[in-house]
Amino acid sequence: MTPGASNPARVPVQEGSVGTAEYPRPGSVLLRELVAHLRENRTQLREEWARRITEAQLLTAMTKDEIFAEATSVYDNYVEALETGTFEALQAYARNLSERIIPRGVETHEVVGIVLLLRDVLARSLFAKYQADFTKLNRILDAYEPAANRIANTVAVGFVQERERIIREQQEAIRELSTPVLQVRERLLILPIIGVIDPQRARQLTEQLLRGIRTNRAKVVVIDITGVAAMDATVANHLVQTVEASRLLGATVIVTGLSPEIAQTIVNIGVDLGKMNTVGDLQGGIEQAERLLGYKVVPITEPS
Amino acid sequence: MEVPILKQGDCLIATVQAALTDADLLHFRTALIQQVVRCRSRGVIVDLTSLDVMDSFASRTLREIAQMIRLRGAETVIVGIQPEVAFAMVQLGLKLEDVTTALDLEEGLAHLGKGSASSA
Amino acid sequence: MKDVQVLEKEIHVGINSDQDIVAARQKGRALAIALGFSSGDATLIATAISELARNILTYAKCGEIQLTVLHNSTRPGIQLIAHDTGPGIPDITLALRDGFSTSGSLGLGLPGVKRLVDEFEIVSEVNHGTTVTAKKWKL
Repeated sequence: MTPGASNPARVPVQEGSVGTAEYPRPGSVLLRELVAHLRENRTQLREEWARRITEAQLLTAMTKDEIFAEATSVYDNYVEALETGTFEALQAYARNLSERIIPRGVETHEVVGIVLLLRDVLARSLFAKYQADFTKLNRILDAYEPAANRIANTVAVGFVQERERIIREQQEAIRELSTPVLQVRERLLILPIIGVIDPQRARQLTEQLLRGIRTNRAKVVVIDITGVAAMDATVANHLVQTVEASRLLGATVIVTGLSPEIAQTIVNIGVDLGKMNTVGDLQGGIEQAERLLGYKVVPITEPS
Repeated sequence: MEVPILKQGDCLIATVQAALTDADLLHFRTALIQQVVRCRSRGVIVDLTSLDVMDSFASRTLREIAQMIRLRGAETVIVGIQPEVAFAMVQLGLKLEDVTTALDLEEGLAHLGKGSASSA
Repeated sequence: MKDVQVLEKEIHVGINSDQDIVAARQKGRALAIALGFSSGDATLIATAISELARNILTYAKCGEIQLTVLHNSTRPGIQLIAHDTGPGIPDITLALRDGFSTSGSLGLGLPGVKRLVDEFEIVSEVNHGTTVTAKKWKL
């Protein structure tokens, strides 16, 4: 983790920046005429759109009735966004729609596809209506195009954002599942760490452990790092921080599975290993933990 | 804002609230030492359950408090640090070295009571 | 997520006394929670504000903390600016030197604050002042 470095994957996107034409003022004569046309022809334009969706083999995860129902909602939201020039309702609808259809397996290209099809269907109907008056057609399209593009953008972006949110949630869930904090005795927790420790996982691990210490009122924690894939200074630091944070909650940490190489890495970052409780293997660690807690494990002998 | 300090046997229990200013912390330090002297306490518990942020000044002051109490022959146990606060502390590099910590009031009292009746 | 439009986009807190440090970090925490940051992240933000405000008070006697809501395409963030017109930092590289294992006095504590946030920038000129800009994004 490099402190202070920007995350290059984040790119600011300006909504509504598609197209160069100015967004028509809501209430302008042309826009009103456009909206009126879309309302008058609502029935046949929706049907035309639904038909095109099926033709293009989009939304195959949904039934014809479902497609038509959603098409109706999208259409009405679309027209309202055109009319009012405000996009909050459309954004909310797009998120809501995405929440419903993503679990059904609908993909991004399908959502982008249907929105573009609607744009085409509506554009064609405008061509048909104003074919006799080319000048008027041009002006109507001047009003229509930036609005339609912004709407397509809003819906697609809303869908993608919802997908990303779901993916992040799933990643979080996976991280939690892969880092079990186990209570083996009263007041004793074991945290076997397996695999790669990136900064996010390290943090999640530490937070989970601290919560576990609190919930289980643990006095001793055994952290086993035998299964850690790669130990470098960053991971070693996370480990040290975890040990220190656990101590602040009154728990003693025993680190097991320390190879000589890892011990060297930890010493190299300046940690006094004498201050850290380390034991070679997990079993030894648990035994030491039990001693610290005042347990004594005695074999049961059979009477001869 | 004053930190309430209660006497329990030969121990003192101080319960810190959120939003303590630097001045409050210094006032607390003085008041606590005075109480230790007056009550001839042998143990002090500082309960940080309600503390929402620990910064470098608070951490330094708490360590000073523990040192000063030790000079009076008494032991300090800091309890109740929230998991999130503990995490922020270690990120910032605040370790509360040389200060005994325990999970909560019960554990803190058990630690101070060692040598007497069995703990929980 | 609460309706972000309802929030103030920019919050200024003057730092002149120790009470201001508390006020600034409480405002920071409240803003973070309102934006949907986790409680843990809100604590990190509040802690960073506390340290930065403290530096202002200690070295410059007065200054300001500015909190701004940020938007990128996917998630919101908070920008903290700690600004003063104090003595400035003569050697920024030294102040930022990362010593994970250093204990005791933290000096300005800047490496520590850096670890609490996602982005960190500092501009300082002797006798002119210091501006620290930090950003934290919601996960």
